[in-house]
Amino acid sequence: MKDDSLVIGGRSFGSRFILGSGKYSLKLIEAAVRDAGAEIITLAVRRANTKEKENILDYIPKNVTLLPNTSGARNADEAVRIARLARELGCGDFVKIEIMRDSKYLLPDNRETVKATEILAKEGFVVLPYMYPDLNEARALVSAGAAAVMPLASPIGSNKGLCTKEFIQILIDEIDLPVIVDAGIGRPSQACEAMEMGAAAIMANTALATAGDLPLMAAAFKRAIEAGRLAYLSGLGRVLTRGASASDPLTGFLCD
Amino acid sequence: MENSFFVDSARLSPKALEIKHRLESDPSSRKNHMEYMEGMQRIDSDVCKNVMAHFDSYDPSAYTAADVKAALTRTGCGIEDFKALLSPAAEPFLEQMAERARLETSRHFGNTVYMFTPLYIANYCENYCVYCGFNCYNDINRLKLSPEQIENEMRVIAESGMEEILILTGESRSQSDVAYIGEACRLARKYFRLVGLEIYPVNVDEYAYLHGCGADYVTVFQETYDTVKYESLHLLGHKRVWPYRFDAQERALMGGMRGVAFSALLGLSDFRKDALATALHAYYLQRKYPYAEMSLSCPRLRPIINNEKINPRDVHERQLCQILCAYRIFLPYVGITVSSRESASFRNGIVKIAATKVSAGVSTGIGDHESKYTGKEAEGEHGDEQFEISDGRSLFTMYSDIEREGLQPVLNDYLYV
Repeated sequence: MKDDSLVIGGRSFGSRFILGSGKYSLKLIEAAVRDAGAEIITLAVRRANTKEKENILDYIPKNVTLLPNTSGARNADEAVRIARLARELGCGDFVKIEIMRDSKYLLPDNRETVKATEILAKEGFVVLPYMYPDLNEARALVSAGAAAVMPLASPIGSNKGLCTKEFIQILIDEIDLPVIVDAGIGRPSQACEAMEMGAAAIMANTALATAGDLPLMAAAFKRAIEAGRLAYLSGLGRVLTRGASASDPLTGFLCD
Repeated sequence: MENSFFVDSARLSPKALEIKHRLESDPSSRKNHMEYMEGMQRIDSDVCKNVMAHFDSYDPSAYTAADVKAALTRTGCGIEDFKALLSPAAEPFLEQMAERARLETSRHFGNTVYMFTPLYIANYCENYCVYCGFNCYNDINRLKLSPEQIENEMRVIAESGMEEILILTGESRSQSDVAYIGEACRLARKYFRLVGLEIYPVNVDEYAYLHGCGADYVTVFQETYDTVKYESLHLLGHKRVWPYRFDAQERALMGGMRGVAFSALLGLSDFRKDALATALHAYYLQRKYPYAEMSLSCPRLRPIINNEKINPRDVHERQLCQILCAYRIFLPYVGITVSSRESASFRNGIVKIAATKVSAGVSTGIGDHESKYTGKEAEGEHGDEQFEISDGRSLFTMYSDIEREGLQPVLNDYLYV
């Protein structure tokens, strides 16, 4: 099979599973990364902003690409400042824009996200914006210089799966950047389904953090994402709207 | 046992005693608690009206086991469900409530537990709140720390590893003015990542000033939402004005603060009704200011210097746990803080169910962190405590205990932007 790397901002990744690092014990991060086979891990800049002896940055394996997020930002200006701080903290040039003006549902503010993306892309950041799946705003993000788009599947932390499936499909069909499904994916089967649809990658956090055995669930997601990807590359078999179709033709016995 | 709030000090002058006794015994000698005093800003808000409509009509005894079961099986939790969960009918369902609360906490906060410490910088107070150790008639050592002393206290606390601080004062504008508190915030920004305030309520421009000095969170306890009871407990001073206090969180948000915290002092009045109003106060403000971060506390009455009889009356740990589970189920996204008023065993248990933040290394006295943290003999004078704490664990011990429970202690998750 030809190379099937995920390319974001000019960098290639063998894994299509982006791991979150929130809501669980720092000591589990290494095992989660290993069993997920993840090459990108997100972290909240505000969490890394600590003098604590247990800085989250120290728990992330060095060969993994950091994707710092701007959680806590309420507008573009704050997101830009947090992204710059991430760079100063040594987190690299990748940044996931998260702008929420709602502390209850934590829904992203697309309008402010476009503004922040434009500023940060011009400053050389590889910008991955977290967004509500809206085609017009996704196009605006492309124009603003985003390196990928990250539509939500359902409310963050809800584990409810692909509630926005139809709209994510539209983004996959129409946007020429990687579409990374983020937020709300609760089960490996949902991750697999998104990958079958043509998503470029899956980002998951709460699904693992609230699982019975975190590293084991990380491994389950890894396999589901790989399976979904292979199915997408293969092309799914057709679905009949009615009736059935035998594997061998019913009329196969006819000779002349 | 009924609370005995009134205590006379032998050091009060006959004239002062006379005024005190008149305030205690003659309601007509007190100012109207619903009337604003000069300088108190009025804002246009319907939050109070919404909260109090529920508070006034809520009858906890009207709910049945069937209401509680329905509330626990429903997806989501409406105001009526919340009322059922707070009612006596829900007490037999405490374990089920705890299970549901734990699920919600884990979904929204994972296994993280945030930690902070309070720093009292002054204990002067101009109010006569009969249950409080700082009240102006209570004979205690008074102290206001100088900026140098504040910085010294902060340095000692920061060296312990703490990154979030809550600055508190007694409620005295004349002794602890806004500029003095602002200076403390500026100093705190040098040593801590996150600065919160628990001071007397101020106007919007003053909250904006304090925000500019580095504070981003404001805690105001309403004590009780029962205005008649409130009137009988807060006999003198600006704190007597109930509606100005009610709107404090909204003024803080209007002044640019990121988050606000609420509570009633459980045990002063009907704790179920007070718990309802506390959560609805946060609920309605969140609808109006959706970006604001909301947090609930759950203080119960504690003994104070010169009065050991003060206690939380009918709010036992089971009831407190019920309230916290109901809070979590109704408002899964809010922070819940449990202070060192509660025992170590209660706090170890409740962080696994509903609480997301605990204090550690606590002193409610003034200027005694260095002696308490380092064992160094106190050189200068110190100011007495507001109340007796129950859980005296240091940051280090608390941190290890939380980890041992399988949880992740977090010292900071915040950026001042």
